[in-house]
Amino acid sequence: MSQEMKIIDFMGIRKYTSGFSIVITIIAIAAMAINGFKLGLDFTGGTQLEILLDRPADTAQIHAALEEEHLRSPVAVIFGSEFNVMIRTQDIMKDKGREQIAAEITAKLGNSAALVSVNRPTVEQEGFAESLTISNATPEQVAQANIFTAERFGNTNITTKDNNTIVGIEKSLDVMYTDYLLNKLQTVTGAKIKILSSESVGSQVGEELFNQGGLGILCAFLLVFIYVAVQFQWKFSAGAIVSLIHDTIVTLGCFALFQWDFDLTVLAAVLALIGYSINDTIVIFDRIRENFRKMRKTDALTVVNISMTQTLGRSIMTSMTVFLVMIVLFIFGGELLAGFSKAMLVGVVIGTYSSIYIAANTTVALGISKEDLMPAVKEGAEADATP
Amino acid sequence: MLNRYPLWKYLLLLAITVLSVIYAIPNYYAADPAIQISGQSGGITIDATVLAKAEAALKEANIDYFGAEVNSKTALIRFQNLDQQMPARKRVQQALGDDFVVALQGASTTPQWLQKIGATPMKLGLDLAGGVHFLLEVDTASTVEKRQAITADEFKEKLRKAKIRYSSITSTADNVIIARFRAADVRDKAMAELRGDNPQLLFSEVDATTTEGAEEFAFKAELSTQAIKEIEDYALNQNLITLRNRVNELGVSESIVQREGRNRIIVQLPGVQDPAEAKRVIGKTANLEFRMEALPDALVSTKEQFPQSENPVYAQAYLEKSIILTGDQVADAKSSFDSQTNEPIVSIKLDSVGGTKMNHVTRNAIGRKMGIVFIEYKTHTEFLTDAAGKPSEKTTQYIERKVISLATVQSALGVQFQITGLNKPGEASELALLLRAGALAAPMQFVSERTIGPSLGAENIKKGVTSCIWALVMVSIFMMVFYRMFGLFANVALAVNIVMMVTVLSMFGATLTLPGIAGIVLTMGMAVDANVLIYARIREELQNGALPQQAIYAGYERAFITILDANLTTMIIAIILFAVGTGPVKGFAITLWIGLVTSLFTSIMISRAMANLFYGSRKNLQKLSI
Repeated sequence: MSQEMKIIDFMGIRKYTSGFSIVITIIAIAAMAINGFKLGLDFTGGTQLEILLDRPADTAQIHAALEEEHLRSPVAVIFGSEFNVMIRTQDIMKDKGREQIAAEITAKLGNSAALVSVNRPTVEQEGFAESLTISNATPEQVAQANIFTAERFGNTNITTKDNNTIVGIEKSLDVMYTDYLLNKLQTVTGAKIKILSSESVGSQVGEELFNQGGLGILCAFLLVFIYVAVQFQWKFSAGAIVSLIHDTIVTLGCFALFQWDFDLTVLAAVLALIGYSINDTIVIFDRIRENFRKMRKTDALTVVNISMTQTLGRSIMTSMTVFLVMIVLFIFGGELLAGFSKAMLVGVVIGTYSSIYIAANTTVALGISKEDLMPAVKEGAEADATP
Repeated sequence: MLNRYPLWKYLLLLAITVLSVIYAIPNYYAADPAIQISGQSGGITIDATVLAKAEAALKEANIDYFGAEVNSKTALIRFQNLDQQMPARKRVQQALGDDFVVALQGASTTPQWLQKIGATPMKLGLDLAGGVHFLLEVDTASTVEKRQAITADEFKEKLRKAKIRYSSITSTADNVIIARFRAADVRDKAMAELRGDNPQLLFSEVDATTTEGAEEFAFKAELSTQAIKEIEDYALNQNLITLRNRVNELGVSESIVQREGRNRIIVQLPGVQDPAEAKRVIGKTANLEFRMEALPDALVSTKEQFPQSENPVYAQAYLEKSIILTGDQVADAKSSFDSQTNEPIVSIKLDSVGGTKMNHVTRNAIGRKMGIVFIEYKTHTEFLTDAAGKPSEKTTQYIERKVISLATVQSALGVQFQITGLNKPGEASELALLLRAGALAAPMQFVSERTIGPSLGAENIKKGVTSCIWALVMVSIFMMVFYRMFGLFANVALAVNIVMMVTVLSMFGATLTLPGIAGIVLTMGMAVDANVLIYARIREELQNGALPQQAIYAGYERAFITILDANLTTMIIAIILFAVGTGPVKGFAITLWIGLVTSLFTSIMISRAMANLFYGSRKNLQKLSI
């Protein structure tokens, strides 16, 4: 090692950094436990509409209108420009439509009449989107009640089967309710409204995605552990995993703490972040391994310090480039990728910090020694590893 | 010399780079919105008269178009903007009538010479192209349940035929068939009888004592996990086929109908803006009717003629009006070969109700012919103009019936029978396919849907491209500032990397999504890491007193293992992301993974080649610009 290079004593402050990491991890866990996540539509299920108004939107007004309809946890936010509004609720339009019609049926046809079921149209009812079964009401009564108007449902067809009245409707319940909601918003805001995009996700799908995501993260940890154990040694694996768990928890904690939207792209970002962080960690490990083999007389702490001093420049450069492109993405990428870039921005900072202070720290704490990494005597190294 | 590549290596790298650039070019040419005209069936040729008719309709409607072209199978008409595409489709469909299919399409504007060498642009995901996305769930549980109920019926029939007496045979809610008998030896005989024909079932004895103290001899037959999976797969594939047919009817040329996971199907319809209409068409059902051929002297009022059939053999078929049974009672249809004659056959399996009905009718009709009618429900849109000149549309539903099989009944039929006398194996499989399509498929329901307007898609593309350009600019400046000449090498490598990513994505036919663009941007930030590692090494070597040439050499050699180690782990993570991710996230994982591979190549090989070219031949190199 050259003399002119000053060795930074990274490990000297390891007690403080450990303390710091423990504190922020606890804060992150607390934030997740207390606040929970502001989960996006992908996970909660529900409906999301992106609408375009012909005048600047008043989200408070729109929100109030949604509340009035008793939609579950409604959200109305400006999305991009002030003419664009994103509306989100955990309700499915089809269910709301069904509720509305069921209530109307009971109100207009007497208490005994009820909407029994909503089915796919039968073979005879081709051309209709859905088929409603109404009990305790004759077809004549249903027709007279004037619930199924052409304006709301398009073509309808009222028949009878097994003492029930069957109504075929051309516009399905979700279309009917979405129309109703839009009309209401147009009246409230006085604006002409156009739907730019709509999305509806069943709640079960969301739950599966969540489980899959969790499974993915665990899988990532496991594979990283095995890979590092094979390429390096299990003490390094432990160090790498502790730092990855730390990064994941702190990044997720930020989303809970600041109540940022947590959607599928954020989950992707968390996994990409694990990839980035392990990349960073491995570069340092690689240098530690090399130096352990080169400097046989130096003690472990010094070797780690030297290695990290040598790789510091590179760590900073790489974090900077990734940080830069993510800032670009945050600014130009639009709302849909905002969550992704936020997660990566937080993650890059935490990942770089943890590669230096957590991964190596843990490995040192586990008592890494040059015997662990002697290449020729592999069996001996393994014997050492199991005290 | 340390830092010299042989000439062939430079040429190879140059060739790879040039090829990448060529194959990436098609992405520069945005597709024109267009409509494609094709015939409803293979017999209809598309010629200049058809095109002229379509053009006349467009002129009348004042829709500007260009580049109308025709080849023997299809015709293509292009438009300036997306808003013209939908009304144009309606107009042309109206003018040409129901014999033609008019589909929305993105017409390639890639120059001919590029198309000739197979260069195609990337496909755009719905979030970039606009369109409708559905996720459907197939109720496979009910299919398994139905299958077990049918098997229980089969058991009864077989035991009756073999004269083995049973007390009861039932299929329980958890899909276990329980058969009860009076004596142990009867049970064993029954098991022996049934086992051979049902390899998919696991038989086991479950004797018990009833509450009254009487001994009961029983066995249960359960479906193996493998068998359940097969039934589910079958139901899913059947629904996939049906869905594909329906989607074709919607007139969307680049649609995706794809299985996702165990029991879900993704349907993506680029360009479609009305999800309600799409749902109506997708949710339709086809049906089958089994009817006897009418006797020659039958009254006109009791028979029906089916003239529409494509196959001239059945063109004049007269069938009785009374229906033996419908598609609901068909459990399965498979094409195979007769074990004795080796002729192609179609075996049809009915449920017990259907079997009884079939037997009832056919036992008195041996020697007569039985026809199978395939019924499809189609929509026809009429375009009307009222007195005030206001156009309106009227959609009418109509039923299309065609006879798909007319075969002689050779014996009384039951739950299971075969159709023979088919000329080609292809005919058999087509018939089986139609029968399955008409049989009641496993119920499906929509679990999620997404609609993205075309303007929103275009905006997303703009955002993505802007992000990519700025990311490239920022990283380039950053690298130049910190690594001077070597920074420039890295930037060239980065640029080549982006081109190669685009090329690989295009050649794999991968779909680019918005998260995919995020993946490209992220790759730009991470790809230079390899160069940073190398340059940091070179600087270190220089500080340790190495000569510039040696420093370059050692920097590249020593950093290589580190780069490989680090990138391999990230690649593993990208694979996991691909495995657990859905839709757009998968797109992100693919771009990230490809980006890692190409960046390994460019940041090591290309940047090295540049450094070699620039510094390699200087013998008295004293100082590096790093």
